[in-house]
Amino acid sequence: MSWFESWHMPRWFYQMGSPKWFFEIGGRLQPWFMVAAIAMITWGLLWGLLYAPADYQQGNSFRIMYVHVPAAILSQSIFVMMAVTGLIGLVWKMKVAFMVARSCTLIGASFTALALITGAVWGKPTWGTYWVWDARLTSTLIMLFLYTGVIALNQAIADRSIAGRATAILSIVGTINIPVIKYSVEWWNTLHQSSSFSLTAKPTMPAEMYIPLLLMVVGCYSLIVWLVLQRTRNEILDQERQASWVARYLEER
Amino acid sequence: MLGFMYSVIRRDLLLVMRHPAEMVNPLVFFVLVIALFPMGVSPEASLLSQTAAGVVWVAALLATLLSLDILFKADYADGSLEQLLLTSHPAWALVIAKVIVHWLVSGLPLVIMSPLVATMLFLPADAIPTLLLGLLIGTPTLSLFGAVGAALVTGVKSGGMLISLLVLPLYIPVLLFGTGAVAAAVLGMPVGGYMAYLGAMLVFALMVTPWAAATALKVGQMQG
Amino acid sequence: MYFTSLQHLIDMDGHGFYVWICYALFALTVAVNVWSAKRRQQRLLKLIKSQLRR
Repeated sequence: MSWFESWHMPRWFYQMGSPKWFFEIGGRLQPWFMVAAIAMITWGLLWGLLYAPADYQQGNSFRIMYVHVPAAILSQSIFVMMAVTGLIGLVWKMKVAFMVARSCTLIGASFTALALITGAVWGKPTWGTYWVWDARLTSTLIMLFLYTGVIALNQAIADRSIAGRATAILSIVGTINIPVIKYSVEWWNTLHQSSSFSLTAKPTMPAEMYIPLLLMVVGCYSLIVWLVLQRTRNEILDQERQASWVARYLEER
Repeated sequence: MLGFMYSVIRRDLLLVMRHPAEMVNPLVFFVLVIALFPMGVSPEASLLSQTAAGVVWVAALLATLLSLDILFKADYADGSLEQLLLTSHPAWALVIAKVIVHWLVSGLPLVIMSPLVATMLFLPADAIPTLLLGLLIGTPTLSLFGAVGAALVTGVKSGGMLISLLVLPLYIPVLLFGTGAVAAAVLGMPVGGYMAYLGAMLVFALMVTPWAAATALKVGQMQG
Repeated sequence: MYFTSLQHLIDMDGHGFYVWICYALFALTVAVNVWSAKRRQQRLLKLIKSQLRR
């Protein structure tokens, strides 16, 4: 066999595919992620809310950034994670991968909606209007549509395995399209912009403003991992309820 | 393989021609939706001409969406889709063949009709060739992405509304560039760049969608 | 601390309404997500336990 025919993923990769293994290891890791999430989000929020100096142009409304930016970043990351785990499920035929992908859908959609609404509320004191069709908000709106499509498809197909495969295909096509969509929306936006404003495009922020943002982003990532682990483990319990290891696990609780 | 594609195209075209409604309905819908705008918004020429490009393109998107059923539904219902997938020919070739038929039956008539409806909406005459060309390049892309949506919902009841949810976000870039091109043409600016983008998206769709739709069809075959 | 008093914190020089709504929405999103995941877990455990007893 040539080297690439005999090449395999590392062992832990296949182990993750075992529902029992994922359930147990995930269960042990979850508390750590929750602790990290609580610590960093609390620290980041308190710092950003109370201690960071007000922005020169925007005043105190810039503090919305500490919620809006993590939500926006996460909504995109979760979509990609959904597509990647879907791809893994398709290629390596792993049930657990589809379960992870499914867990991402509602979490990602809710964070996308949060990003949209906080972005819109931020707009009012900044530009005087609640909604503006700028490139970022419009792209996020389209991403929300993509999410709802995935969720709708998931609900429409009864068989879990087929649903997993179909939504994987959809999320992959959606992800590949995201750069195209973003590019076309940015281009469209520059075409129609009447006033040249730029939403806080990560300007050089002083450290006191920037670090709480970093804390929030990492803290939210931790939270998302906890959420995905929890939902995937729920899904595993649901689908593997007949297995003997589930019975043993329940006895020990 | 080309012979296979040719025979699929011929068969599907014959089937469509026996039910001319399948050909005419998307077109009637297209014109009807466009006619709704002067009625619902305003019949004033100045207002209509500004929105004409967008209205025509949105109507084209919706008409394409509605006609996606013809791609796989009938063949799925009577089992011939399964047979076609079981042949030794690649499934993506089947998808391309069916998309060609779909475009000939729904996209091409829209393109031909577009100068007429654009005039109804008072689009400046200089911009009409740009609208035409944009639709010509864009509608196959719409058919291709539509095929992915249609393939994903084969076998799902009430898949019609679902397809729209799945496919419309993917249509947005085509819409933006198509209408942008017309806006540029109205201002007398060159449209080559827009056409290039539309062409690039068509190529991109050709690379991605046949695989995706074929996989989705095979996945859909697993149920029932 | 940037703010001089509790009133100042709530008011935020006129931007308080917007900022607090956003933070409240964030708290709500997180809370609902965490709570619903936890709730599903409790229900599943209860359900499977009762199914196993039969």
